Amino acid sequence: MQKDGDRSKVFTRRVVLLAGGKALLVTLLGARMYYLQVMEAEKYRTLAEENRINMRLIPPPRGRIVDRHGVPLAVNRQNFRALVIAERTRDLEQTLATFGRLVPLTDYDRQRVIKEIKRRRSFVPVAVRENLTWEQMAIVQVHAPDLPGVSIDEGLTRDYPYADMASHILGYVASVSEEDIDAGNDPLLQLPDFRIGKAGIEKVYDLPLRGTSGTSQVEVNAVGRMIRELRREDGEPGHEVQLTLDMRLQDYVSRRLGDESAACVVMDVHTGELLAMSSMPAYDPNAFARGLSNAEWGELAGNPRAPLRNKALAGQYSPGSTFKMVVALAALESGIMTPEQTVYCPGFLQLGNHRFHCWKRWGHGHMNLTSAIEQSCDVYFYEVSRRIGIERIAEMANRLGLGAPLNIELPGEAAGLIPTKAWKSATLGQPWVQGETLVASIGQGYVLATPLQLAVMTARIANDGLAVRPTLSRQAMVDGSLQEQPTPAFETLGISRSSLAVVRNAMWRVLNGNRGTARASAIDLDGITMAGKTGTSQVRRISMQERQSGVRGNDELPWKYRDHALFVAYAPAEAPRYAISVIVEHAGGGSRYAAPIAHDVMMETLRLDPSRRRAPEELAAIVDNPPPTPAERQAAEANADGAAAGPDGGGGAPTGERTE
Amino acid sequence: MINDGLMTARLRRGEMTLGEKLWQMSWSLLFLIGTLAGIGVLMLYSAANGNMEPWASRHIARFGVGLVLLVTIALVDIRQWMRYAYWLYALAFVLLVAVEIKGTIGMGAQRWIDLGFFQLQPSELMKVALVLALARFFHGADLQDVARPLYLIGPALLALAPVALVLKQPDLGTALMLLAGGGVLFFAAGVRLWLFGVVLVAGLGTIPVAWQFLHDYQKDRVLTFIHPERDPLGAGYHILQSKIALGSGGMMGKGFLQGTQSHLNFLPEKQTDFIFVMLAEEFGMFAGMGLLVLYVLVLAYGMGIAIRARNQFGRLVAIGVTSTFFLYVFINVAMVMGLIPVVGVPLPLVSYGGTAMLTLMIAFGLLMSVWVHRDVQIGRRGAYDDG
Repeated sequence: MQKDGDRSKVFTRRVVLLAGGKALLVTLLGARMYYLQVMEAEKYRTLAEENRINMRLIPPPRGRIVDRHGVPLAVNRQNFRALVIAERTRDLEQTLATFGRLVPLTDYDRQRVIKEIKRRRSFVPVAVRENLTWEQMAIVQVHAPDLPGVSIDEGLTRDYPYADMASHILGYVASVSEEDIDAGNDPLLQLPDFRIGKAGIEKVYDLPLRGTSGTSQVEVNAVGRMIRELRREDGEPGHEVQLTLDMRLQDYVSRRLGDESAACVVMDVHTGELLAMSSMPAYDPNAFARGLSNAEWGELAGNPRAPLRNKALAGQYSPGSTFKMVVALAALESGIMTPEQTVYCPGFLQLGNHRFHCWKRWGHGHMNLTSAIEQSCDVYFYEVSRRIGIERIAEMANRLGLGAPLNIELPGEAAGLIPTKAWKSATLGQPWVQGETLVASIGQGYVLATPLQLAVMTARIANDGLAVRPTLSRQAMVDGSLQEQPTPAFETLGISRSSLAVVRNAMWRVLNGNRGTARASAIDLDGITMAGKTGTSQVRRISMQERQSGVRGNDELPWKYRDHALFVAYAPAEAPRYAISVIVEHAGGGSRYAAPIAHDVMMETLRLDPSRRRAPEELAAIVDNPPPTPAERQAAEANADGAAAGPDGGGGAPTGERTE
Repeated sequence: MINDGLMTARLRRGEMTLGEKLWQMSWSLLFLIGTLAGIGVLMLYSAANGNMEPWASRHIARFGVGLVLLVTIALVDIRQWMRYAYWLYALAFVLLVAVEIKGTIGMGAQRWIDLGFFQLQPSELMKVALVLALARFFHGADLQDVARPLYLIGPALLALAPVALVLKQPDLGTALMLLAGGGVLFFAAGVRLWLFGVVLVAGLGTIPVAWQFLHDYQKDRVLTFIHPERDPLGAGYHILQSKIALGSGGMMGKGFLQGTQSHLNFLPEKQTDFIFVMLAEEFGMFAGMGLLVLYVLVLAYGMGIAIRARNQFGRLVAIGVTSTFFLYVFINVAMVMGLIPVVGVPLPLVSYGGTAMLTLMIAFGLLMSVWVHRDVQIGRRGAYDDG
């Protein structure tokens, strides 16, 4: 017992020691807890929030692009996509196989899905098929029990209901490239599915169309799965951009140009508003929004008819005889020529030891200004230009809108070229020779113009000499938002009314005179008539041998050597409202190949005259019945092959002109 | 008075009826234990995002079974436990060897024996068995005996053999707990303090050697403990997230079921080793401190029992069990607060886990048995010793 007493004392002493040690350690725990939960609490609270909260961007819906009547040209379409979430499938391969039996699925798609799923976390949805039709979506929904992990998702994709009918104006949207990300600091650009405008109006008005992004704060768990949305700030949807185009007309023009490599511009001569600007062949911007395959891109880029190029803006052509109005006005304004003064045309003009030929081999005889334009006599203009010189011609050309970009709202506008003595010595280092003035007077040689410039030139003649400028939209960016701008008051070009009247009368006679070169394309619509001018732009020189051995018919030449056909016109001649320019590449004479198109387009323009209010039903019908897509059109054409007539069924005696 | 005297004598001889034994039990200690288990149920309910399944309900069931076990053990005469102490140690040792031979691979270490209905972790049972065996050994030793280093070789082997086996599993945390638990018994039995000094110095000297034998993941944990920023997404991730959860809970907590760190799975192992963090995140520092106070109360009871017991075996068992309990609490809480490396020790009675619950309830059963039989006097060889 005594021993136990000692042991007991020692035991008790040591237990007290132990208890003290434990108390110390527990105090340490308490202190640590105080340190973490009180002193450092703020820091860890922040860290916890950073852990759990993820900011996500909400892309705003892109603004629509509509025509002058509000007909949508670029919209956001509901896109039904089939998504698969790997972790919800029992067997991915099995699910994909079942899916493939319901909705066609290529091997490429299947492999892409499997590859993408391997790369990502198993709860991230991966798109199996995009752009499902309504029926396909319904089929997938009905078979949902057999398709574990497959869900249908609605997204927005850019859609161009008119496909290739206005693609050069609208442009297209496509994925953001590295350079785009570097260029802008909009966080939206970082989104993988985001599309930005890459061409046309989509590019120029990209910022207003884009809108501003919203943000969504979502709570995520440790592996990044979204648990719930905490806060949401919706962004600003993109602005709607209204164009001056009349899509009905644009559509008609594009179809009328058909398979030709051609361009046509229809413009209001008073406001400069472009009602139609078509360049064919075109591309389908929907394909760009979707993403082009290499083969598709190769086909577009390699096509000799240049579907990617907006010929109306970027195509530069010798204006040919359509340039003769410029020379005529320069001559009248200089006072050197009067309208009545005549020049004798024997079929050529001898300058030194060189003969400049008229397109009419045996000559036109005595020509005054009016008859020279009506019959497109080359010798008259050779003689006039010899008298007034290149500088006066160039000055008038510049006044009428040639030789410089018109600063329309689209990128890629070409400047054209109006040669002067200074220009030649500056660029070629050679002195100007008079023969070049002669060649320039009939719109050949160095002279280059775009179809848009030719339309502007025509409009400026038609509107009594006002410096009208072309535009595609009456809206402009003001303080970060799109605002309607009034039609500017265009200043006068300082060309006398009498001169303009003479030229207009001559242009009227081109279509309505006894010997007019485009009589076959004349319009007489309740007393409304059209005035215009044909032009043929030579692509290759005609050699002496050819001239002597008889010039081969244009039709016999290979396509790329054939002449370009041009036509400019305005109507009504009595009270000008619309100017038009048409160019058909490598077609032949302007009167035969371009004038009939201008005739048809002008008829349609007058029919659709927007000054006449359009019935709402008519508008609704346009919206409800979009035209067929290029693919559908091709299919329809294949069916009706042979039955269809050629595009240039203008009729009447062909009065092909040839200028040199 | 006479009755009282008779009663005391009977108590000394351990002659008590079942009813008397039940009357002698410390119901307030049982209530404390029940409260701790209840907190466990609450937190497990939260860990399952407000569901009784899968953890809370099973925690209740296990606690129920454990409670029956506790009472049963408490009612068994303390001398029986002393008699079978070595046998129980032998059984636990055999199981430990068995797990070495035919263990189920789990958590990268061989720790469990699959009994079909239960995953038994013999190293946990060993914690109790070692206390029993050492208490039995030191019960027969007086202060002169324990002063002789040679005399201590036997008990040292009793302690070191299971430690070695557990280390080999490898389970550093349990090995350290066995070592520390055993050391406490040596200390309480009166082993001279200079001997502890010698062992401590020798132990520190072997650290560089022991380092070579550590597994890579163990080295990783130690290194990560020293430099938590070494690998914020790898090994340091758990402890960092744990500290974030604790710290962001602040004084008042985020509210029941509102812990973002735990419910969004940033917090690892929230139903087992890190459950304390979840409590501190959802209920704040006050609740965490409150839980610590509950544990301290249990410890106080345990040490009170140890001091109050009249027999050396009982005293040693009580202090051994109490100290093991303390080690659970301290290692777990210190670990989740980033004070010591992550070693995988559950929070007693609160963490989800079968074997730990079983071990603890057995341990509390023994503690209770010591309390019930506190006045029983036991001779050096286990006989009555009135002298």
